[in-house]
Amino acid sequence: MNAGDTAWVLMSSALVMLMTPGLAFFYGGMVRRKNILSILMQCFIILCVMSLQWVLFGYSLAFAPGNWFIGGLQWLGLNGVGQEPFVEYAATIPHMAFMIFQAMFAIITPALIIGAFAERMKFSAFVVFTLLWATLVYDPVCHWVWGVGGWIRNLGALDFAGGTVVHINAGIAALVTALVIGRRRCLDKNVPSPHNLPFVVLGTALLWFGWFGFNAGSALGANGLAANAFVVTNTAAAAAGLSWALIEWFRVGKPTMFGVASGAVAGLVAITPAAGFVGVVPAVIIGLMVSVFCYLAAAIIKPKMGYDDALDAFGVHCVGGIWGALATGLFASKAVNAAGADGLFFGGSGLFLKQLLAVGATLAYAVMVTFILYKIVDALLGIRIEEREEEIGLDLSQHHERAYTMIE
Amino acid sequence: MKKIEAVIRAEKLDDVMEALKSAGAPGLMVTRIEGHGRQKGLTEQFRGREFKVDLLPKIKVETVVRDADAARFVDIIARAAKTGEIGDGKIFVSAVADVMRIRTKEMGDGAV
Repeated sequence: MNAGDTAWVLMSSALVMLMTPGLAFFYGGMVRRKNILSILMQCFIILCVMSLQWVLFGYSLAFAPGNWFIGGLQWLGLNGVGQEPFVEYAATIPHMAFMIFQAMFAIITPALIIGAFAERMKFSAFVVFTLLWATLVYDPVCHWVWGVGGWIRNLGALDFAGGTVVHINAGIAALVTALVIGRRRCLDKNVPSPHNLPFVVLGTALLWFGWFGFNAGSALGANGLAANAFVVTNTAAAAAGLSWALIEWFRVGKPTMFGVASGAVAGLVAITPAAGFVGVVPAVIIGLMVSVFCYLAAAIIKPKMGYDDALDAFGVHCVGGIWGALATGLFASKAVNAAGADGLFFGGSGLFLKQLLAVGATLAYAVMVTFILYKIVDALLGIRIEEREEEIGLDLSQHHERAYTMIE
Repeated sequence: MKKIEAVIRAEKLDDVMEALKSAGAPGLMVTRIEGHGRQKGLTEQFRGREFKVDLLPKIKVETVVRDADAARFVDIIARAAKTGEIGDGKIFVSAVADVMRIRTKEMGDGAV
């Protein structure tokens, strides 16, 4: 047991916890004023529901030693998950510290999907869907990649902090969401503007800050690898924020605050799987390039195809996550992390194919199960609110509250 | 000249603007307001206590038109803003003594 490692992982857990409220403001600023509370509410309810799911059975399904597909049931209710380390995950920190660090990932992942169904999902259906999705999509994929016995872990594909588990997984679920739930009715007339861009920027700042816990904390120790992850995380976010602004500048004539915020988040997404395996120059390339791909997806392909991924959960998280996972296969180097592997550009040939396989399997599984879950929840509860409720806004129609008053 | 002031549901603003634009309205002003007419009884809750909200968010759309156009625009707004439920709002029409276009100092109908 190591005091420094334990302190860093507990601190990182708190940093990652803050990302979910950060995401709430990031998304909340993008919707119309009549819907902001619904976004904040969805994020906070996920914080509540997933915290319980995780300690009661989610952690066991994801991390208890099990078969190639899913973890065992021996850690239900954190039975046997105590103050001593579980050596196969983290030898120098209490097992409970590792568990609560992972809990914060299990919380933010379903929250990312909110970006796709924003402004039109029925609250009851959202709660049921989230719980089912976390249990039947997140927990198994998490087990594949990080759990003892998981097939992607055994395959040797690399995912330092959750490119496949978190971002590709939630991002592709977001695309399925957008296709199943349909377009917001207002889009026939115009694309609504974000109602509070300063909230978007506040959310971006909290995400960037929290992401140091997400990525550098994934070293699971206060060590050189954590420092590497911290530096490449900051570098990629910076490169991507700048790159998105430059793209806008050349293409539309003016760089925007919203663009820099979007780019920074895309950069953080892309560096996530790579943070513990790549050096700083690859981080610059990963950051510069991710904005090109995500800008294409969000600003050009989405309007052409017509799907309503309202806040670009697919365009940023799935597209950025895929780029990050593949870039790990290109730029990973054993000089950075001896426990990793060499990517295509560092003389290794196998890793890139393994990364492709991991990405493909995650996409296929998440698409299939997410689609089935929506069909079930839709048949039971109906996933979409009525037209009048959509016009009035979710704050009043789903929660009998509103965020802003004019007088007093 | 007549000033048309329409107090409408916030969610009907897009429809009303669209209708006025395609009917060739000379211009419009939009204000976010709170108020109530006969419609009451929207319920909100605060820490477990339900309460009725007296003032509801509404939108006021104003436009100034020539006398001859007033009836037509009132009708266009009413049709676009109507849902048939209590709370659709009201339209007020009043006489405007004069209008000046600041840039050219034109007065009257020509300045509308």
